[in-house]
Amino acid sequence: MSTNDDKAKEKAVAETENHPGHSEDKKGKGSGGSILLFFLVGIIASLLVGWVVFPKLLYSQKKQPINFNHAFHVETVDEGCASCHFFREDGSFSGVPKLAQCTGCHEEAQGEDPEEIKFVTQYVEKGREVPWLVCSRQPNCVFFSHAAHVELAKMECVTCHGPIGESTHSKIYEENRITGVSRDIWGRNIAGIKRNSWDRMKMEDCAECHAEAAAKEVSELEGPMEGFFNNAVKIAFPKSLSGRKTSVQTQNEACFVCHK
Amino acid sequence: MKMDRRSFLSFVIGGAAGTTLSPLPWKLTDDLAIWSQNWPWTPVPEKGEVSYANTTCMLCPGGCGITVRKVGDRAVKIEGTKGHPVNNGGICILGLSGLQLLYGPTRVPSPLRRTGERGENRWQKVSWDEALAWVAEKLADLRGKRLSHTVACISGTDGGTVPRLMERFLTAFGSPNFIRTPSMRDSYEMTLHLMQGAQASIGFDIENADFIVSFGSGILEGWGSPVRMFRANSVWKENGVKVVQIEPRLSNTAAKSDKWLPIHPGTEGALALGLAHVILKESLYRKDFVGTHTSGFDRWSKEVVEEWTPEQVETVTGIDKSTIVDLAKSFANAKKPLAICGRGKGNTAGGIGEFMAVHSLNALMGNINRKGGVWAVPGSDHIHWPEVEMDAVASAGMQQTRIDGAGTDKFMHARHLLHRVPEMINAGDPSLVQALFVLDANPYYTLSDKALLKKAWAKIPFILSFSSFMDETAQNADLILPNHMYLERYEDVPYAEGFNKPFIGLAKPVVSPQFDTLHTGDAILRLAKALGDPVEKAFPWEDYEGCLDDTFGDQWEELQEIGYRVESDFEPGSRNTAFETASRKFEFIPEESKDAAKNVMVKAEGEEPAYPLVLIPYDSPRLASGFIGDPPFMIKTVPDTVLKENDLLVEVHPKTAQSLGISEGKPAVLKTPKGEARVRVHLFEGIMPGLVAMPTGLGHQAYDGYLAGKGINFNDLIGPVEDEVSGLDAAWGIRAKLSRV
Ligand code: SF4
Repeated sequence: MSTNDDKAKEKAVAETENHPGHSEDKKGKGSGGSILLFFLVGIIASLLVGWVVFPKLLYSQKKQPINFNHAFHVETVDEGCASCHFFREDGSFSGVPKLAQCTGCHEEAQGEDPEEIKFVTQYVEKGREVPWLVCSRQPNCVFFSHAAHVELAKMECVTCHGPIGESTHSKIYEENRITGVSRDIWGRNIAGIKRNSWDRMKMEDCAECHAEAAAKEVSELEGPMEGFFNNAVKIAFPKSLSGRKTSVQTQNEACFVCHK
Repeated sequence: MKMDRRSFLSFVIGGAAGTTLSPLPWKLTDDLAIWSQNWPWTPVPEKGEVSYANTTCMLCPGGCGITVRKVGDRAVKIEGTKGHPVNNGGICILGLSGLQLLYGPTRVPSPLRRTGERGENRWQKVSWDEALAWVAEKLADLRGKRLSHTVACISGTDGGTVPRLMERFLTAFGSPNFIRTPSMRDSYEMTLHLMQGAQASIGFDIENADFIVSFGSGILEGWGSPVRMFRANSVWKENGVKVVQIEPRLSNTAAKSDKWLPIHPGTEGALALGLAHVILKESLYRKDFVGTHTSGFDRWSKEVVEEWTPEQVETVTGIDKSTIVDLAKSFANAKKPLAICGRGKGNTAGGIGEFMAVHSLNALMGNINRKGGVWAVPGSDHIHWPEVEMDAVASAGMQQTRIDGAGTDKFMHARHLLHRVPEMINAGDPSLVQALFVLDANPYYTLSDKALLKKAWAKIPFILSFSSFMDETAQNADLILPNHMYLERYEDVPYAEGFNKPFIGLAKPVVSPQFDTLHTGDAILRLAKALGDPVEKAFPWEDYEGCLDDTFGDQWEELQEIGYRVESDFEPGSRNTAFETASRKFEFIPEESKDAAKNVMVKAEGEEPAYPLVLIPYDSPRLASGFIGDPPFMIKTVPDTVLKENDLLVEVHPKTAQSLGISEGKPAVLKTPKGEARVRVHLFEGIMPGLVAMPTGLGHQAYDGYLAGKGINFNDLIGPVEDEVSGLDAAWGIRAKLSRV
C-alpha cells in the first residue's frame, strides 16, 4: 500500500531523472563569463559603496556658528592654548570657553572683522552661549581626564588635537549621523589609517600610547581594523592576557577607568 | 545580457566579498555600538564648571541651610551647609531629594486653567497676563458686591514676606481670612501666650538639656527642625543624656531611646500631670523659680496632687505607678531636664491641656528661658511695612468674623483654626468662601474628614492654587498660578521650628526657573496693581525683589551673602521681664483657660463596640507628610512592611491579629466613623494590643506616577476632634474596626 508521501517521493525521483545531464553542461559552459562578470560587478559596486558612497552618506556637514581664527588668538594671548582652554581651580578642564571668558576681551567688537561683529551682536549682547560644534568631543560614555595627561604626563596639546592652533578659520564640522560625534574621532580616513598621532582618537589610539607607556611594547597591539576585538580584550583584561594595566598613573585595570 | 539566477547569485557573492573588503561593515558595527550607548534617555553627567550655591531648604519648617552642587547650569546634588547654625552640614532624605522636585514630572509648567470638571486634570495653558486678569476680574466683582471677606487664603506658613504680602493683600482688599495650616506650632504658640503672655515661637535648647522626656514627639521622625534633632540625638548619645520616649508604638525614636514607655494613646497629658504629682508630693520642684516667678501654683498643685495620683494615672495611661514614680524622680533629679510634646512630626495641633501639662513640668523644674530649657523666641521682626490704609470696603470686610472663628469670644486665643472651615462653608448658603487661594499648602490632601471637605470644596466657586507642583489641591483647583519652586526663588524663611534663637533663612535662586512660572510675591503685586487703588497703593514696590530689598534695608546684602541671620548670642528674657502675663509671672492656671487642666485628654471619635480598636497614625522620615509628597527617591526607601506594591500595611500586635483571625500580609478592611479602606496587615510586636497604626504621607492621588495611587491617606479615615478649651484640632487617632476579607 502506498501512501500519499510515497507517491510524492516517486514523482520527485522521476522528475530528476527526466533532466538529461547534457543540458546542464550546456548552460554551465554558456554562462561562465557572465557569472564572473556579475561577480566583478558585485565586487566593484560594493567597494564603491563601501569606500566612497557610504562615507558621504554617513556624515552630515555643518558650519560652525562663528568662523574662528585660532592662529590670530594664539598670537594675541600670552599663555598659548591655556589662555582660553585652562584648568579650573578644582583641576577639571574648562574645554571650549564659555561666553563669559570671551566677554573678558570681546565685550564690544575690537575690530572690523564681520565674524567678530556677528559674535558680539548675536551672542555677547544677547547673553547667549555660542553653540560650538566640538570636533574633539568623545561620545558621552567616554571619560577622559585632561589633568592626568597634560599636567601629570606633560603631554602637548598637539599630540592629540593636532596643529589646530595654527588654523585661521573653522573647518566644516562633519557629524556622524549615527553616533552624533565628529568625524575626527574615527579619523578622516575611512579605513582608519593615520599618519599623525592626532588623526583619529578611537580606543585603539588611546591604547596605543598607553601600551607604549605601560609596557613599551607597541607591537603586541594589532592594527585598528583587524585587531579591534583582540585589542579590546587586551585592554579590558590586561593582566590575564598580557600583564598590562590600563591606567599608567593609577595602575588600575578596569573598563571603567575610561568607559563610564 | 540577461541576468539569470546564477549571475544574480554571483553578483551577490561579489557584493558580499566587496563589502567585507570595504570599511562599511566594520565602521557600521562600531558606530552602532556607540549609538547604543548614547541613547538620549541614558543619564549623562553634566559637563561644565562645578560650583556650589547656598540657599535655604523650604520643604519643611526645619529651616536647614543647603548647599547645591552644580555642574554648569545644572543642579546635581543637595548637601547640608557646613557651619549652618540649624543643621551644620546635615540633611534629611527629603531635603536630599529636592532635585527630583525641581526636574521631576510633577511641576506645573505654566499657568493652567481648568477645562474639565474639577479634579479631572484637564487643563488649558494660559498666559500670565490672561490668568492674572481673570483673577483680578473675579476679585473686583466680589469687592463690588461687598463680599471681599469671602476671599480666603490657606497658607502653609506665616511670618515671611510672601505670606505677609498675601495677608496684606487680603487686608487691603478687605478680608480677615488668612488661615495657616495646623501644626504643633498652634498649640505651642497658644501655650506660650497663655502661660507666659508671650507672642513668641517655642524654642528648645535641646543641645544643653541632660534628660529628655518626650511625650510622643518623633525626635527621629521629623519633629521640630528634623536635622537639628537627629544631630542632637547623636550628641545626647555621646554625652550620656537619657531620653525617655512615651508613645504607644515602637517608633525609631522609641527604639533609639534609653527607655520606651508604651502608653494608651491620648493619655500623655495625664502622665505629665502624674509626673507633676510625684514631683510636688516629694517636693522635688525648684522652689526658687516656682516661688518667685509663678502664679497660681498653690491652686494648681492642689488639683494635681488630689486628682492625678500615680494609681489613677496608672489606670488611665496603662503605665504602672512605680514606673511613674521612678520617671518623675529621675526627671526631677536631672540638672537640666526637658519635657517636650507634639506627636510625631508635630503636623497636627493637639489639645492645649496636654501642651500646658507638659509645659508645667518644665516650669516645675524652673527650666523656662534657661540653659537646656524651653525658650520663648520672639518672632522675627524684619517686616516693618507701613500700615495698610483701608477704604470703607476693606474696613467693613476686616470687621467680619473670620470664617474659622479664630479670635472670636469662643476661640479667643486661637489664631488659625483651619479644620473648622469646611464645616462653616457647608453651613452657609451661599458659601462663606467665594474665592480660595492656596499657598504652600495642600489642604485637599492634609485636611481630615474628607466627606465634609469635598462637599465644602464643591461649594467654593473659585479656587486658585499657587503650587509649583501638581498636588491634590492644585489638581482640584480652577486655576494654577505656579510659583517658582524653592530652588528657583528668593524668599525669607522666618523661623526654624523649635530653634532657640531668632533666625531668618534666605532661600535664593540656585538655578534659573525651568518653566513658565512666576514668583508668588510678584503675582500678588501684579494682582494688586490690576485691582487698582486702594489695594494697589498698599504695595509700594516694583517687584518682589524690590520688596525684599526694602524690607531688609541695609541688611539685605549681608543676608544674601551669608544666607541666614541668627542672633547667636540671644539670651531669653531675664525672668523678671520674661513673662508678660498680667501677673508678670508664669501662670500655672491662666485665667482664660481655667479648664485646660481638666481637659488634658481628648477622646477619640467613635464608640465601642462598633469600633473595638483604636487607629493611630505614625510618621516616618521616609514619608513626607506635609504639603510636599514623597519624591521618587524617597518612596523607594519605604520598606515593604509599610507599602507593598500599592498596598498599605497597617501595624497590628500579633495578639490583636490573632483575635481577629488575621495573619501577616493578609488583606483586611479598616473602617472608622469617617471612612473605610482596604489595607494589609503587618504583625508588629512594637504596637500595643488593641491598636492599629497607619503610616502618614501615603495615598496621594496627584503628583506623579511614582507616588499617586500608593497606599491610603490617613486623613481620609479621620476627622477633627475639637478641643473645647482652645478650639484646636486635638484628634490623635480614631476608633476603628479591622476585619478580615
Ligand atoms: S529637615 Fe526640612 S528643612 Fe531640613 S533638609 Fe529636611 S526637608 Fe529641608
